[in-house]
Formats: sequence, C-alpha cells, structure tokens
Amino acid sequence: MRRILLPLALAGFLAGPALAVQPDEILDDPALEARAREISRDLRCLVCRNENIDDSDAGLARDLRLLVRERLLEGDSNREVVDFIVDRYGEYVLLNPRREGMNLLLWLAGPAMLILGGGVSLVYIRRRRTDATLPDTPLSPEEQKRLDQILDR
Amino acid sequence: MIVELGHFALILALCVAVVQTVVPLAGAHLRRPGWMALGEPAAVIQVLLIGFSFAALTYAFVVSDFSLRLVVANSHTMKPMIYKISGVWGNHEGSLLLWALILALFGACVAFFGGNLPPTLRARVIGVQGSIGVAFLLFMLLTSNPFLRLEVPPFNGQDLNPLLQDPGLAFHPPFLYLGYVGLSVAFSFAVAALIEGRVDAAWGRWVRPWTLAAWIFLTIGIALGSWWAYYELGWGGFWFWDPVENASFMPWLLAAALLHSAIVVEKREALKAWTILLAILAFGFSLIGTFIVRSGVLTSVHAFANDPERGVFILLILGIFMGGALTLFALRAGVMEAKGIFAPVSRESALVANNLILAVSCFVVFVGTIWPLVAEMLWGQTLSVGEPFFNAAFTPFMVVLALILPVGALMPWKRGRIGGALRPLWPAGVLAVALMALAFALQTGGSALGPVGLALGAWVVFGAITEIWTRSGRGALAGRFGRLTRLPRGDWGKMVAHAGFGVTVFACSAMIAWQTEDIRTVNIGETFTMRGYDITLAAVDRVEGPNYLSTMATMIVERDNAPVAILMPEKRVYPVANMPTTEAAIDYGIWRDLYLVIGDAQQNGSWAVRSYHKPFANWIWGGAILMALGGAISLADRRFRVAAGARRRSNAVAAE
Repeated sequence: MRRILLPLALAGFLAGPALAVQPDEILDDPALEARAREISRDLRCLVCRNENIDDSDAGLARDLRLLVRERLLEGDSNREVVDFIVDRYGEYVLLNPRREGMNLLLWLAGPAMLILGGGVSLVYIRRRRTDATLPDTPLSPEEQKRLDQILDR
Repeated sequence: MIVELGHFALILALCVAVVQTVVPLAGAHLRRPGWMALGEPAAVIQVLLIGFSFAALTYAFVVSDFSLRLVVANSHTMKPMIYKISGVWGNHEGSLLLWALILALFGACVAFFGGNLPPTLRARVIGVQGSIGVAFLLFMLLTSNPFLRLEVPPFNGQDLNPLLQDPGLAFHPPFLYLGYVGLSVAFSFAVAALIEGRVDAAWGRWVRPWTLAAWIFLTIGIALGSWWAYYELGWGGFWFWDPVENASFMPWLLAAALLHSAIVVEKREALKAWTILLAILAFGFSLIGTFIVRSGVLTSVHAFANDPERGVFILLILGIFMGGALTLFALRAGVMEAKGIFAPVSRESALVANNLILAVSCFVVFVGTIWPLVAEMLWGQTLSVGEPFFNAAFTPFMVVLALILPVGALMPWKRGRIGGALRPLWPAGVLAVALMALAFALQTGGSALGPVGLALGAWVVFGAITEIWTRSGRGALAGRFGRLTRLPRGDWGKMVAHAGFGVTVFACSAMIAWQTEDIRTVNIGETFTMRGYDITLAAVDRVEGPNYLSTMATMIVERDNAPVAILMPEKRVYPVANMPTTEAAIDYGIWRDLYLVIGDAQQNGSWAVRSYHKPFANWIWGGAILMALGGAISLADRRFRVAAGARRRSNAVAAE
C-alpha cells in the first residue's frame, strides 16, 4: 500500500502546489463552510504523510475538499458526509479513529492505564505510610565521612 | 585521503568502544583498579576519533567532494555554505555519525565530571556507555556507512531536501540528539547501579544533572522543530502529532518524570525502583524514536530513511538494551527497598501523581503512535490515528497536571495538609478565575478552550510565583526580597520552569482558540481588511535566489493608516530537487503574529492570499525557552557542582 502512496505523493508535489484550501473552494454560506472545515480537519489526505485535507497541497486533497462541500450542499449531515467518504476510501481516511470495535482498545488504553497506575501508586503511597516497622537506619561511619566530604564540611 | 582517514578513525573508534565496554566492566567485577581506570582514557580517545571522523565528513561536504555517495545525494555546489555544513546531519548516515559523536561526548563528560563517583560505579557507567557506542558504530559501519565512495563521481549533487535548507531546521536535529543521547547517560547510570546493586540518595543526585541536561536539550530541540513547522509549512500549525514529533515528545515526557522522581530518590530515598525503571524507559523511548524515524514503518513528514534492513538492526539494538536492562531490573528489584516514610498527603505523593500523569500521557502518545501498525499487523486493518485523537486523549492529562502542579510544588515533604498548601495559593486561584471570566466576556463565540487555557496557564504561572514568594519567609518586605535573592538556584529554576509550562499551556490554547484565518483572491494593488489590519498586495515579482526561483509578493500592512510592516511572502521552487516550498512572511509581535502566505496566480490575474492573525503565538516557544532556562538555572545550582567539585580542573579542559 505505502509503496504506491509514496510515488503518488511525489507526483502530487511535482504537479505544482495548490495551496491548501483555495479561495474558489470556499462556500458562500459561512455556516456550511464552517461545517466543511470541521469535517475536513478529521480527514486524512491519502497521498500525504499525516496531513489533513485542509492543510494539504495535493490534488487529491482538493478533490476530497470539493467532494465534502458537494455533499454538504446536497444536504448531507456531517456524519453522512464522513460515511460517504469512508465507504469509498476506507477507514484509513479518518484521522480520528471511530470509537468502536477494536479501536475501543485504543481509546480506553489511556484511562485504563491511569486507573491501573493510579491503583499501584495508591497502594505504594499507603505502604510508605504504614511501613513504620522500618527504622530510619543511621549512616555507617564510613558513609557519614563520605557525606561530609561531599558537603564540603 | 582525508575521507579515508575519517573512515579509518570510525573503525578505530569501534575498536576503542569495545575496549571501553569490556575492560572497565570486567575490572569493576574483578576489583582491578587498573582495568577500571582504563575507561576514562578510552572514552576520551573515542570522542577524539569520532570527532575527527565527523570533521572529515564535514570537510567532504564543504569542498563538495562528489566522489562520496552521501555528498552527491545531499549536497550541491550552489548551496549556501551553512546548508552545506548542516547537510552533514540532514541525512540518515550523517545524522547517525552526529548521534555517535554526541554519545561519545557524553561518555567523555562522565569520565571528566565523574571524579566524585565511586570508582566501580564510574567504571560501570563508562562501560555501559561504551556498549551503546559499540552498537551504534556497528550499525553505522554495517548498514549506513557515510564514507562510501562512488566509482564515477558526477559533476554535481542532488541537493539537500529544500525543506531542510532552513536555519531553524539546521540546528533542530543536533539539539534533539543531545537530548536523546543525553538520556543514554541516565540509562547507563541506571544499569550501572543495578549491576552494582546499590541505589541511594547519592545516586539520585548524580543522575539528576545528566537527566536535566538531556531534558533541556530535548526542550530546545522540540521547540525549534515546532517553530520551524510554524513558519515553514505555510499554515502556521505548530504541532501535528506526527509520528516523528511524538518520537521526540515521548522521551521528553519521561525525562520530565525522571527529573522529578530522581528528586524523591535524592531527598527521601523512596521511589527507587520506579526511578531506575524510568531511566531505562526514557532511553528506550529515545531508541524507539530512532527506530520510528529511520525505519520508515510509520510514514511521516520527516522520516528520511525507509530501509527495512536498518529498521531491523535498530529493533535488535532496542531489544538487546531494553531486554537486558529490564531483565537486570527484574533480578535486582529486591535491593531497591525504599527507606523514606511519608504520609499520603505530602510532596512525595504529589511527585508520584506527577509521575503517574506524565508516564500515562506518554503511554497514550505511544499507543496512538503505534496503533496503525498494531491494527495492520493483528487484524489487517489500515487506519490512521491523527491530531484529533491526540488532542482528545492527551489534553486531559495536561489539564490535570496543570491543576495539581502549584499545589504539589507547595506541599511540604513527609507530611502536609491540602488546606495548608492551598491557603497561600488563593490569590493565584482568584486571579486565574477572574481572567477566565474576563476572557469569556470578551471573546466572541462560546468556545471554552481559550478561557480555560488562560485560567490554567495563569494558575500555574501565579502559583509558581506564589511558591517562590512563600520561600522568602515572613517579616518585612525588604527582608523577604533579600532572602529571595539568596535562595538556591534550584528553587529559581523550579519556579522559572514551572512558569514556562504555564505560559506554554496558555499560549497553545489561546492560539488555537482565538486565531483568525482569511483566504481570498486579491488583485495587485487591492486592499483587504483582517482583524483591523489593512493589507495591500503591492506587487508580485519573480526573484532568483542562490539555488531557487521565487515568486515574491510585497504586501503592505497598515493599521489606522499607520504603517505596521511590509511583508514579503514567497513561493519557492528548488530546481535541482524539483520541489516547491512556501515561505510565509510573519510580522512577529508580543500579542499577535501576522502570518501571510502567497498562493497561486488565478486565471484573471489575481492571486490567492491566505492571511492569519495568531494571538500569543510567540508565547508558545517563549514558554519552552522558559522551561529550558529554568532547567539551566537548576543545573547551575551549587548542589550539583559540589558533586563534581573534586574535578574542577578537568572541567575547564572539558569546556574547551
């Protein structure tokens, strides 16, 4: 897959840059345009490396931007526009993976780790309080000498 | 000839690195002082050899020696001298050589500054450091030799990637490498302590300055990279959650955690096992970062080498070092019993919370970065994880971190009360909430991002100021100011770095929430208005640069008929690399940046123009600079210098 993408990306560059969102693409209706921008921020430019179609210079990104606006003008909801594009280009196009199926693991990894780590930390902190059985061991004479030396005494 | 000598020096450096690894480690094990002492000269010789090798490669770039494959691929006679030099590390092989050079440099620094370390620990640290050198020198000589010659040299080179021909990016990699590789010292200290079977307060003190130095360099390196992305990529974004950015951000997060946990080891002899683990993992993430950038498994804007063989080699290095260190850790975890006792509400607990948040946020970044790879390998699904995910999954951690930071910083060691820590903070809290209310009232649109970011930033900044003020004790104002100036530098460093974090938190949210974008077509001579600025497109010219062709616009910015700036955004084409770049023109200001980009000519003779008003943009990097500065002030603290005090004379040599 990526073997094909890279030359495509290069070809996109060589064709000359068309700067990100072009003036002629912008919709007259500011509300619709704002929705278009919101949608395109979450869509990946397929021939680029980790860029959304809003920021991308590639021709394909422009096509996608136009497609998004076309669907919006047809009266699609945001969700319908995204579904329309995912149907054609696959989930790879989504920069924000859907919170379903295996991707739930991705979304839950952080909170789960926080709970786990938080639990371990709590146990540790509680143990540090109750571990009063350990006396504060005094320094050996040797260590005391070394400490004095370090502290310039 | 010089090139061959450089090549030879590199091979010799590998041999020296093997000696530096084997002899001191064996010597420490067998208690032979002579063997242990060999580590020091070996480390110095190694840095001299690799330094010579690096100089030889630089020479080849400077004189454009096109019989060298690397120079052909990355240089051109027409290129300005500074980029001929930065071209040395603007590619895989050369950057690896820089990596090895910095690694050896840190090894030599341990040898110089480590006079106060117990001889066995020092020998072991130098030995472990040498073993990392062996791995990377082998990697370089076997898979990515920078000194390969071409049988038939061409007349000219293929030029450096134009995006890399930029002052910001010329110095971004060296700083990042200083950070990445600096963490290798913390790793070596951790492994040496594990072999030694002894982790105590002194160890915590020894490892801190190295971690701090690495963290400072990482901070500067990341800030430079982000600043470069801001002015170069043409739409003023500053952070893209790109795999390569994440690769540098993960070690930064862990290094920040390590800095704080090492304080607990030093002051309270607790959190030992965790600190050792962090030291190992922080360097592990540096290696993972190297793997991500150089293997090309995760496509990204600035991965330069897409060679699976190299990827496998780095994975091997990662496996050996992480596997070895973690096994050792598991075997020796028993010797690292905590001694200090503390109550659940205490500075210690606050630092545990700090570590928890930083480590888990690093984990989130890690999972997000490798998720596409995992999904493709395990269930064959190609998907992307980008900015929206990270913004949603990572930001909450920073919010919590900013909330608890001022409280934790004021918490006393051993036992504290939340009320006691909160009491001096009420003015900071009131100020933060007031500012938030003000921002809500002033802004148009209902986004909470700006006001909340402002409140959090203000809370952290004023909290830091409150903290240092409470350190001045009680009594008359004059006396308190006097005491302020006599506080240890570590306290000032803490205050400045924490305030820097607050500034960055505020600036990131402010810029995202309150920026204005304007895209339109403009005729020459036409004026348009954006956020109260009148911008006139005066002219568009074709200009020839040293190694590029430019379409340069002249745009006059005025406000209330008073001139503000004349900006010249460009669109460049580098014919040799056949690549276009956009050069935004920016009027930098304290309160806002004006950011202008010239686009394509339209059919009717007008031009596409994009203009942005970006409030508080510079504060993002200003905060990063403050963080780095705070680190540097702490590094200058007397407590660190006495640890190296016995070797003052050698320090002077090292500084040359």
